[in-house]
Amino acid sequence: MSFRHVWIIFKMSLRALARNKVRSFLTMLGIIIGVGAVIAMVSLGQGAQRQVQEEIASMGTNILYVRAGSMRSYGVHTGSGSLNTLTPDDIEAILRECPSVQLATPNASSMAQVVYGNQNWSTRVEGFNEKFPEIRNWPVDKGEFFTETHVKTAARVVVLGKTVADKLFPSGDAIGQMIRIRNLPFRVLGVLSRKGENSWGRDQDDTAIVPYSTIMKKLLGGINYIQQAMISARSPRATYTAEVQVKSLLRQRHRLGSFQEDDFSVRNMGDIAETYEATNRTMTILLGSIAAVSLIVGGIGIMNIMLVAVSERTREIGVRMAIGARPGHVRIQFLTESIVLCILGGLLGISLGVIASYAIANFLMWPTLISSWSIMVSVIFSISIGLFFGYYPAHKAASLDPINALRYE
Amino acid sequence: MNGNDSSRQAPEVEASVDYAAAPAGSPIVIDLQDVVKVYDLGGSQVQALKGVTFKVRAGEFVAIMGHSGSGKSTMLNLIGCLDRPTSGRYLLDNIDVSRMSRGALADIRNRKIGFIFQNFNLLQRTSVWENVELPMLYAEIDKHERAARVRHALEVVKIPHKAKMHPNQLSGGEQQRVAIARSLVNKPAIILADEPTGNLDSSTSGEIMEFLQTLNREQRITLVMVTHETDIAAYAERVTVFKDGLILREYRNESS
Repeated sequence: MSFRHVWIIFKMSLRALARNKVRSFLTMLGIIIGVGAVIAMVSLGQGAQRQVQEEIASMGTNILYVRAGSMRSYGVHTGSGSLNTLTPDDIEAILRECPSVQLATPNASSMAQVVYGNQNWSTRVEGFNEKFPEIRNWPVDKGEFFTETHVKTAARVVVLGKTVADKLFPSGDAIGQMIRIRNLPFRVLGVLSRKGENSWGRDQDDTAIVPYSTIMKKLLGGINYIQQAMISARSPRATYTAEVQVKSLLRQRHRLGSFQEDDFSVRNMGDIAETYEATNRTMTILLGSIAAVSLIVGGIGIMNIMLVAVSERTREIGVRMAIGARPGHVRIQFLTESIVLCILGGLLGISLGVIASYAIANFLMWPTLISSWSIMVSVIFSISIGLFFGYYPAHKAASLDPINALRYE
Repeated sequence: MNGNDSSRQAPEVEASVDYAAAPAGSPIVIDLQDVVKVYDLGGSQVQALKGVTFKVRAGEFVAIMGHSGSGKSTMLNLIGCLDRPTSGRYLLDNIDVSRMSRGALADIRNRKIGFIFQNFNLLQRTSVWENVELPMLYAEIDKHERAARVRHALEVVKIPHKAKMHPNQLSGGEQQRVAIARSLVNKPAIILADEPTGNLDSSTSGEIMEFLQTLNREQRITLVMVTHETDIAAYAERVTVFKDGLILREYRNESS
């Protein structure tokens, strides 16, 4: 059979499908919905996955959190951060002595009421050093961040998160204004850019950043230890090395013997990211396979209709065979019909899936991400379905005896 | 095969050879030699043809007659290469087709045989033009040649203006003309007609039969027709009558 012949048979199949437009469309509907569902569901899963990835990337995959460890007295653990062994000096030492560490900031925080004029708002006041915007990859939108001098002098300056700025200064400019935190006056230096909610739903913009020294001395009653530190490794790949270096340095500085537990804990964002990604991957696979079931149901629908078409067109098959169609010609014609149905259905399904995922993103505000591989997989899948579910009816048509087929009423 | 049967039928069978030799000089296109066809119907075997020798020369117009169960339909299926004989040989246009595969038989039907059916068997919802073109699609004939042959065939059957119509818009006679056009396009060695007038009224029947006769006489197209009506068989030059799987008698129509 030459290429031209296959082309001619392909055109015959198209004509046969065009003769029954409504039925062809209804047959395709199963595939359209199946492919559409696969693409929409996978885009939903992928969207969630990318959101988490982006969020974690925005926090930095190279970030390590060091927390003061829990105190154990008579077998009872108190909460982490309750030991007062982690100090700003430890952080200085980490910066100095751990080659894989790029930046680090101590971190101490406290819930506090912030007041401006007749507006007030309760928020988490967090203390960092001047490296905060760089480590968190979180630039200032208006004004500026505080400097090393502010940190050294424990200056009463504050940089507001967007939410807090909006609450205290519903109209007008926050920069240069004096606000009160726990009744102490602070000068607003700047407002951070909007960060939005994180994936576990907390509004990251509901915060006020002050120098960590200020929070230790002015808001937490002059303590000399910190609850936490944020450290960035030189690159995401150096995170693990940095973690090892930080742990060993802190054990040494805290004079822990080889049988003693760490009095601090180190977590890295990579671990957290992995957990979230694994969850999302499972979700994507789950959603995708449920949708794939509908695709298979669509394929069975095609087989059903093709079988009906074979018995309905038995006479036509007989005529074609009588005037010279080989069994192979008949088989290819019916196979082509089901493959064309599946490919057309697949293409329409892709459009439906793309439209659906845009609709989900725009109306339900869920993030979606259409990946090229999900489109490719759907196309290959629908061609395979056409082949698989079309083969039996096509084979049945090809095995018809022309004499009986001609006599068929 | 039953020995008694063949001795009883012998005189007529031998006589038929003389008739078959009638258009002297022209080559034999259909050559069935001692053909037996046995059907297996759920365990019991039925002999539809019990050893038939039948020859048709190029340019002949032969009618096969007989009642139902006489073996004439089996003859038609064998001559039309829709079926293979259980034993015996069939040479069509000097090609032995008695042991060919289904695919090879399809090619033979495509190139050597044009079919005309009682119920026309045109593809519905398909234009006249496409119906006539169909055998050439399977023969892999190129587009321009196809168009030329369709146009010519529709002129031969005198319905060139109906090319774009669909079969359900045509009268029975017109549909049969389309079927005749379709049977002609691949320039077959024989045209096989199965009760070509069975679904037509008598005046249209006459029209179609005269037309087939003209085709046979003017274009020297070999025609084999199966019918059970004597007045339709009268259009043929030679009539072969079947009974119980054997040729009962053969005769020439002097008038035609």
